[in-house]
Amino acid sequence: MTHAAYIYPAYAVAVIATLALVIHAFTSMRRAERAAAEQRDRRA
Amino acid sequence: MFRLLLARDLALARGRAGAAALPVVFFLLVAVTFPFALGPDARVLAKVGAGVVWVAALLAALLPIPTLFEADRADGTLDQYAARAIPAEIVAAARWMAHWIAFAVPLLVAAPLAALLFGLSAPAIARLELALLLGTPGLASLAVVAAALTTGAREGGMLAGLLVFPLGVPLLIFGAGAAGGSGAGAFKLLGAATLILVAMGPFAAGAGIRAARG
Amino acid sequence: MAAKPTEGEGPGALGTQYRLGSDPHIYVTKHMHRFANPARFLRIAGVATPLTLWPGLAITALGLAWGLFYAPPDYLQGDSARIMDVHVPAAILAELGYAGLAVAAAVGLVWKHPLAEVAARALAPVGAVFAAVCLITGSLWGQPTWGTWWVWDARLTSMLVLFFLYLGVIALSNAFDEPGRGAKSAAILAIVGAINLPIIKYSVDWWNTLHQGASITLTGSTIAPALLWPLGISALGFSLLFAATVLMRMRAEIAQTRVRARARRMAEAFA
Repeated sequence: MTHAAYIYPAYAVAVIATLALVIHAFTSMRRAERAAAEQRDRRA
Repeated sequence: MFRLLLARDLALARGRAGAAALPVVFFLLVAVTFPFALGPDARVLAKVGAGVVWVAALLAALLPIPTLFEADRADGTLDQYAARAIPAEIVAAARWMAHWIAFAVPLLVAAPLAALLFGLSAPAIARLELALLLGTPGLASLAVVAAALTTGAREGGMLAGLLVFPLGVPLLIFGAGAAGGSGAGAFKLLGAATLILVAMGPFAAGAGIRAARG
Repeated sequence: MAAKPTEGEGPGALGTQYRLGSDPHIYVTKHMHRFANPARFLRIAGVATPLTLWPGLAITALGLAWGLFYAPPDYLQGDSARIMDVHVPAAILAELGYAGLAVAAAVGLVWKHPLAEVAARALAPVGAVFAAVCLITGSLWGQPTWGTWWVWDARLTSMLVLFFLYLGVIALSNAFDEPGRGAKSAAILAIVGAINLPIIKYSVDWWNTLHQGASITLTGSTIAPALLWPLGISALGFSLLFAATVLMRMRAEIAQTRVRARARRMAEAFA
């Protein structure tokens, strides 16, 4: 493949940035919803 | 009411005459800095002169932003206006007019001086003056909007720069284009861009003032 | 003690609560909008999150693998045209994301819709990241095709300005200590930016044609169908992931708001 030195970094940037967004959103959602559920159970 | 508010804002600006002169001094300083960086080649300087003056004007417009609403918010003047049912849009419009008079009029006087340092010709200086006259009301409107939105913010001054830069791009492009001799079209476009910013400014700044009062 | 604060699941969990008179136990919930009900949103989001997240990951992987390994090289640009499959979806999503941000901001300002504020706050950083990805991949595409990392092309410049608009909205929404102020100011800025965006784009186009010196333009060949398929698939995949990320960020913020509100109420009840 010609220009591989540019194509792979471009794909890597897009994939890493997207995965970072998705993983960060996923973990913060999990953590927040778990905290909310625990708080509710503690009160009940 | 508009006239009363304008008179108050102008009187305050006169009271701080020393501080009010700062943006113009800053404007000249920025303009003077460029030749040191670019070298003394007269052709280069004459080519970039109009653009440099516009960049300097944009930077000078940013300088007074942190002071535009902060004192009035901190001492409760904005709350007083609200308690007297003075629309925030009117307050913003008066502040815009006062800001333009305090900042743009001295700048218009200083601009030919800066232009001379770049060796601009007489017609080029006239074009630059006309472009600044058309563009600075829009610049002042942007400054008032940014000031209203960042009043009370942490590091409001730096933030205001970030807000003004993208919105000021059309003014810079058309303004420098008009001053650089791109023809009558550039002046019309500059006027249109300013008109939109001026029309929108009081409403955006008014909403910002209301948000600042909480 | 006329009205005890209502517990978590109703609209009150998200809306701003105001104290009436001196009795600290009487609260009124300001935002009683029917659609503002986070319980309903959470029901829909609970279904929509897995439906966008997992297919999004699979479809993006498929589209990128297709574009990277199976699609034929472009007859004009060779292999570097493969960068299109990440660059174009990022550009589209950055622009659509700003449109969504402006709509959410307007809804939040005009109808005081709390979910719209949450949506705007969730959207802005995602859009900014996609704008950055668009700029970086575009730069990596420009070097082999044009021989330079950056051109002051109209489209590149517009995207750069859009990126700074995003940064302004994000910075403004985080710049205040008092809650609510940042969201309102950022919403006003987002709307001002949306009104100005066509003017900015026009001005940049005008400026670009004025200064067009080099032979570089972005308008190239029409895209061959063999290259269109991986582009469409990866665009769909990235869009699904965009939606999933925004939904998850909204859910996280709603849950955090709920935890804070409950903790405050408990503290006041025990005081």
